[in-house]
Amino acid sequence: MSVIVILIITSIVVAVVFLAAFLWSVKSGQYDDTYSPSVRMLFDDKKKKTDGAESDSTVDQKV
Amino acid sequence: MAITTSCYHCGDPCETDQIEFDDKSFCCAGCKTVYEILSENDLCDYYDLEANPGISQSNQSNGLFEYLDNAEVKKQLLDFSDGEQEKVTLFVPNIHCSSCIWLLEHLDRLAPQVIHANVNFTQRKVSIHYKTDGFSLKQLAELLHRIGYGAVINLEAQEDAEQVHQADKKLWVKLGVAGFCFGNVMLLSFPEYLGLSELEREYQTIFRWISALMAVPVVFYAASDYFISAFKSLRQRFINIDVPIALGIITLFVRSFYEVAANVGSGYFDSLVSLIFFLLIGKWFQHKTYRNLSFDRDYKSYFPLAVLRKKDNAVDAVMVKDIKKGDELIIRNTEVVPADAILIDGEASIDYSFVTGESAAVAKVKGDLVYAGGRLVGKQAHFIAQKDVSQSYLTSLWNDQAFEKERKSKRLIDQVSQYFTVIIMLVATGAAFYWQQVDPSKTWLVFTAVLIVACPCALALATPFTWGSVLRVFSRNQFYLKNADIIEDLQKIGTIVFDKTGTITETASQDLEFVGEPLTEGERAMTSMAVASSTHPLSRRVNQSLKASGSAYSLEQFDELSGKGVFAVVSGVEVKLGSAKFVGAKASEAVETSEVFLSIGGKVRGRFLVKNTYRKGFKALVDDLAAHFKLSVLSGDNEAEKERLQTLLPEGTSIRFKQSPHNKLQVVKGLQTAGANVMMMGDGLNDAGALKQSNVGVAVTEDISMFSPASDAIMHANAFGALSKLMALVKQAKWVVIASFVISFIYNIGGLTFAVAGWLTPLFAAILMPLSSISVVLFTTLIINWLGKRKGL
Repeated sequence: MSVIVILIITSIVVAVVFLAAFLWSVKSGQYDDTYSPSVRMLFDDKKKKTDGAESDSTVDQKV
Repeated sequence: MAITTSCYHCGDPCETDQIEFDDKSFCCAGCKTVYEILSENDLCDYYDLEANPGISQSNQSNGLFEYLDNAEVKKQLLDFSDGEQEKVTLFVPNIHCSSCIWLLEHLDRLAPQVIHANVNFTQRKVSIHYKTDGFSLKQLAELLHRIGYGAVINLEAQEDAEQVHQADKKLWVKLGVAGFCFGNVMLLSFPEYLGLSELEREYQTIFRWISALMAVPVVFYAASDYFISAFKSLRQRFINIDVPIALGIITLFVRSFYEVAANVGSGYFDSLVSLIFFLLIGKWFQHKTYRNLSFDRDYKSYFPLAVLRKKDNAVDAVMVKDIKKGDELIIRNTEVVPADAILIDGEASIDYSFVTGESAAVAKVKGDLVYAGGRLVGKQAHFIAQKDVSQSYLTSLWNDQAFEKERKSKRLIDQVSQYFTVIIMLVATGAAFYWQQVDPSKTWLVFTAVLIVACPCALALATPFTWGSVLRVFSRNQFYLKNADIIEDLQKIGTIVFDKTGTITETASQDLEFVGEPLTEGERAMTSMAVASSTHPLSRRVNQSLKASGSAYSLEQFDELSGKGVFAVVSGVEVKLGSAKFVGAKASEAVETSEVFLSIGGKVRGRFLVKNTYRKGFKALVDDLAAHFKLSVLSGDNEAEKERLQTLLPEGTSIRFKQSPHNKLQVVKGLQTAGANVMMMGDGLNDAGALKQSNVGVAVTEDISMFSPASDAIMHANAFGALSKLMALVKQAKWVVIASFVISFIYNIGGLTFAVAGWLTPLFAAILMPLSSISVVLFTTLIINWLGKRKGL
């Protein structure tokens, strides 16, 4: 068979991989909540007060 | 106060009793307490993420969670438990911003036993994994409540939400599969469109077979709902829109498969998958669910899951449904009385706001009957249950037939499709018959071509996209419909019935009015003196309404008798405020409105009543509505407001007073028997029957995450003034749908002419079908949004 058939098969295989990824993402609940992950990644992991006084001077962060 | 400061915690304006703490202002002690808890635990980032993120503590639910120690309740709630660790998912309607997410996910700083907390924002849920070592579900619920995120625990609601959620997921998966196949089939069909040279012919068969393979999951999986729906409707001897769609899909699939297998043509797989893909997009667009709202609450969601029962001198928590007549119940501050019961302690004050929308408490004394749904304010009291929960005055509404029958009205699209399907079948057989005479070899081809081209894709997309756009405009205006079918019910409405208290009046009205001989300035000052030291919320309101500034008098004696009132001696004169009995006045008939009687020097001077404040723009709204609808007002109160209402409402509006919940239901039923389509607007549990009975029941609420009775739609109080505009838009939407039906018919007639003449080629079908769909989709969404904008919605 010529190269075009190989190309088509490859492209479909790649597409199937993406489809599978999409189905997995739906099943694992990634579409359940589209808001909180976008905010969560912006949270700072500020240390507790007991770890030292320097963390108190953290600049006021606005989102 | 000239400048009102807003609360650092919740952002509400601070009234007179503002609290200063840590250089910050708080509107109430509750907000301050939450701030203290957070600042002690170094969680003040909460306030940095968003301004005033807190939840106002002034109208929080009670924090009594003893029933969470009950093993049966626990078993149902916990997702996971192994004795050492437990995992639970709680519904917290107060989650509303990024600060909320941050705080709830840092719960471990407040309770070290918490291992992990994860917020699901769209569902307003938080799942928490914790160690049971010195910690329990009850303590967790109490902690959440303390910081303003009280969980709403209801066993039944959880299952319903889960079902909706699963259906949502399935649609996503189908959409994904259809989209994948659509893209690939389109790619493979392109060479055919462009025409193949002799050299490329060898690939043709491979391309066709791959397309055919791709179509299989689309037809049998992604489109399965259409077959099921068509089959169901045929079994009920009725043709809905899914019948011609299913017919079109089957014909397309069979004929295409035949063409490819017999190697006579390329088939219509491209049209087939794009048709299904577009249909699913339409479904998704219309399927807008509000997962944080609940439209199906019955009385059970208002009641606690369990209350304390005293039996043989032992106190245990009993599930509300197991309460029997004659049980002795202990109801604590802010708990709801779950069944009609008789008070056996000295006195108690009961807040009926759940039931009537009236926010001030009513005083009850020993031997009085307290109806289910009342909330106790003040110290705990003992009651003897008089009826089972389901038989109580209010809850017996749910035994009415209105709660059993399912509403069924034919959808517009199904009415159209009945005729449509018949006409298409006639055209198809007619054409087949003609070709049978002329050229029998073409009979089969033409017959299938007609069915293919007539597949009402555009027709089927017109309503989902129009209704979907309407739903979006509505939700922008804080008017949330349960589903798109409600829109068609709204279009038929001719009569609007309003509940008075809490629906057309504001719930949290702060004003009191004095009924009786007007007070002199001196009397005002004396009364003000007397109530100034009282902590009762009504006393504060009385004081505010007096607007007196008298220091000419001195308070000589002060005594606050709980459940009765205030006794004071001001400059030698006895001032009494409180219940009718305490003051010595004749009680008025209205039991459900709160009133404070006043006597000065032993003489009854009159009473303070909570003044009804009508919602902003109410007069303009009813004047607008009166032009198109018949209006009616139902009120549970006495006729005190009659004259004022009559001046506000346009002529011909019927006003009924002293309506019990059952009366309200009967009134709606009566209007319906007289042939009217009724929309009921209500707010409290006492409207629940009428809401259910009406064609469209709308619950009006000032906080959409708070409880609202079961209804077809939930409206935020802010949207109330826009009601007439919203109703106008709904009526116009019907014409938009009809116009788009016309557009799709024009496409169909054009396509049919080609099909009947035997000229339908795959390329022609592949262009015509998406083109008709896209033009209908664009037309409907643009028009609806434009109409909405023009109305200022």
